[in-house]
Amino acid sequence: MTRNLITPAQNTWCPGCGNFSIQHTLKGILAGMEKEGKSLDNVVLVSGIGCHAKIADYLNINTVYTLHGRTIPVATGLKLANPDLTVICCAGDGDAYAEGLDHLIFAAKRNIDLTMIVHNNRVYGLTTGQYTPTSPLGFKGKSTPAGTAEYPFNPLELMLASGATYIARGYTRKMPQLAPLIRQGIAHKGFAFIDVLQICASFFNMTEYYQSRVYDLAGHNPSDFDQACKKAREWDYNKDAPIALGVFYERTLPAFGDRFPARQTIPPGERTRRIRDLFLASV
Amino acid sequence: MRDISVLVGGKAGDGINSAGAVVAWLFSRLGYFVFVATDYPSLIRGGHNFTMVRAADHPVGAYSDRFDYLVALNQETLDLHAPQCPDCTIVANGDLVKNPGTGQTVPVGEIVKVESAPPVTGNSAMIGAFAKAAGIPWETVEEVFRQHMPKALDENIRVARRAYGAIKTVRTVPVQKKTPCSLVTGNEAIGLGLASGGLDAYIAYPMTPSSTLLHYLAGNAEKLGVTVFHPENEIAVILAGLGSAVAGAKTAVGTSGGGFCLMTEGLSFAGMAEIPIAIVVSQRTGPSTGLPTYTGQADLRFVLHAGQGEFPRFVVAPADAGEAFVWSDAALRFAWKYQVPAIVLSDKSLSESTYSIRYDELALLPVGESGLAGNNEAPYRRYRDTSSGVSPLAFPGTAGAIVKTNSYAHDEDGITTEDAALVVTMADKRMRKEQALTKELDQLPCVSIGGKKDAPVALLCWGSVGNACSEVALEMGLRVVRPLVLSPFPDRQFTAACAGVERLIAVEENATGQLMSLVKEHGRNVDDTVLKYDGRPFTPEELKKRVQEGLAS
Repeated sequence: MTRNLITPAQNTWCPGCGNFSIQHTLKGILAGMEKEGKSLDNVVLVSGIGCHAKIADYLNINTVYTLHGRTIPVATGLKLANPDLTVICCAGDGDAYAEGLDHLIFAAKRNIDLTMIVHNNRVYGLTTGQYTPTSPLGFKGKSTPAGTAEYPFNPLELMLASGATYIARGYTRKMPQLAPLIRQGIAHKGFAFIDVLQICASFFNMTEYYQSRVYDLAGHNPSDFDQACKKAREWDYNKDAPIALGVFYERTLPAFGDRFPARQTIPPGERTRRIRDLFLASV
Repeated sequence: MRDISVLVGGKAGDGINSAGAVVAWLFSRLGYFVFVATDYPSLIRGGHNFTMVRAADHPVGAYSDRFDYLVALNQETLDLHAPQCPDCTIVANGDLVKNPGTGQTVPVGEIVKVESAPPVTGNSAMIGAFAKAAGIPWETVEEVFRQHMPKALDENIRVARRAYGAIKTVRTVPVQKKTPCSLVTGNEAIGLGLASGGLDAYIAYPMTPSSTLLHYLAGNAEKLGVTVFHPENEIAVILAGLGSAVAGAKTAVGTSGGGFCLMTEGLSFAGMAEIPIAIVVSQRTGPSTGLPTYTGQADLRFVLHAGQGEFPRFVVAPADAGEAFVWSDAALRFAWKYQVPAIVLSDKSLSESTYSIRYDELALLPVGESGLAGNNEAPYRRYRDTSSGVSPLAFPGTAGAIVKTNSYAHDEDGITTEDAALVVTMADKRMRKEQALTKELDQLPCVSIGGKKDAPVALLCWGSVGNACSEVALEMGLRVVRPLVLSPFPDRQFTAACAGVERLIAVEENATGQLMSLVKEHGRNVDDTVLKYDGRPFTPEELKKRVQEGLAS
């Protein structure tokens, strides 16, 4: 059975917002999964809080609209409880790199089988324009009118250092490229991280900047860690440099669920007997 | 009445805990009810530790100021404790204690050497020596060793036997004619109770005094069929717990006050998104880092009010391991039946002390299966508005059900809303669950009445302090009124329990009288307080003296 993938909820993203591209891309991927006979009943989208997160209201699939920064721990719990679920996290750059940075690093460290899509517009949109961990040095936002005094993170480098096994970067104005990046991330067994440079039409419109700098990673060997590091450092989210898009790194390693002991289901009567035995062993 | 106490003391790292446990099993084999509590500082090696083993012919849940036997593993133990009980029977490690006073010394090093046993068996010499001094038959000692000594059994028995032979019996412990009980700690009972309630997953970050619950469930994960996960911090703990529950796994998390601080955003999320979760909070002395290894009851108001916004929650504070077992079972069931957070509020005294329990006498509380939500009719709506307020619960992976869980105000489908009327409708729906829960709870024993049940003077208490209160009340002819359930507050049962009370004295291990202020909100005046907040539990002797002083003034 195919379903209408969009809910009746009114869409309130600004005109020109990059979130439309990500939603449209995900919708296409979900429709493709259905077409291939994969049930969407086993797919869960987990969102944080921020403009990006409204995607949970808009996509007509299982969703957990969580708290700011907390997509990954919720997704981790979902996978622990039901390893058969396909879990996709949509998080903002404030979610992933500020409020929830510890969780992001641990998800990569565990190589847990999740897909993390970061809607990285490099500004807080829903709170109307403050700097984020990926805003460039000197960014003038409402909380930093004199400009920030700190460099941005390079999330790709951070993920390489943390153990993620699929690391990619996309761009909301390159949708034909974005779709396979996300699709491949969902298919990847392990922690898949996709930083999506997203246009914020209202508070930090980088369209012109990105348009003239982005290029496709061609001829790059994603299984080469050193090469991936080098490519990831080419543009550090601050200095003026060419911006590569594509898969930087991909490696198949045991995922968290492969090593974490699977729960043995014990019938209630048998469990009661074992509880009794534990009591009696302490006589 | 038989009532015997043994103090085993030494420095941290000396194995005081396990020595105390063996002493407890000896008494248990002799037919006693035992209670074991350990006083230890927050360090791994060096500081002074002691374990109090109390054995009686009736159930006990508090340790006494006095003791009959002192087992001193070092000189400091003797110096600190011998003056407290000048007529006690002393057995001391002769290698470290040069002046045992009236006591006997055990040449531990020599015995271990003669038996070619590893040094770690040294405490078995002390146990053998104690057993002989207390006139405990050797067969009982050997039986306990055989059942509970995990490693180097033969060496331990030989070492104990040689020490047993070297000591004179001073004061013989009478044998009771009762079958031995199980000895379990509060945290073990909580873990087994949760397992009994259907636990699928336990998630926690280490924090004293909740850590032994994590260790216990991790150690028995396979046996009980429970997933145990230790993530990066308590924020991840509760959020992973909620994710796990959304996917259909009955999940509990555990921590102490500091970790619970980090969990409060998740708690509020559980309230809004109606995600069932059991939360074990084991209190220690606060505020902040406080006294990590000492007890306290200063987080009652915190757990009652934690989290932004208003939502129903279940809070229960058991007093001993038996109550911890049955109410932890019920807490997880209530969490799922009403889709609310359910908090089991413990403290260091309960969590880490050992109690005698008879498994066959534990009666689980009847928590009815949920029929409140009605059928799962199509289309599935995660937050379907029902007369009880409880919506049908489905999990991702259910064919045809689109399950939308949401931390924002939402409609019945789980889609965000800011519509004023709908926000009220859904808030009312959530709060209606509290009425249904209150109604069911009224059928269960939510308020314990102890002591002399019709006395006009009553001690008002909660949690582990109830044990010392019961003893004192029996001695002094007072009543004990102890609410187990603290949210939703059992008003009817509390009023009934207080009928005829002319003077109500709040006994709490905090500085402000938190239960006192709670019952005042519920319309009951409190006349006096007896408060203690030095991290140490009330002993019956101290409590009796303070109650007497209060009554005399």
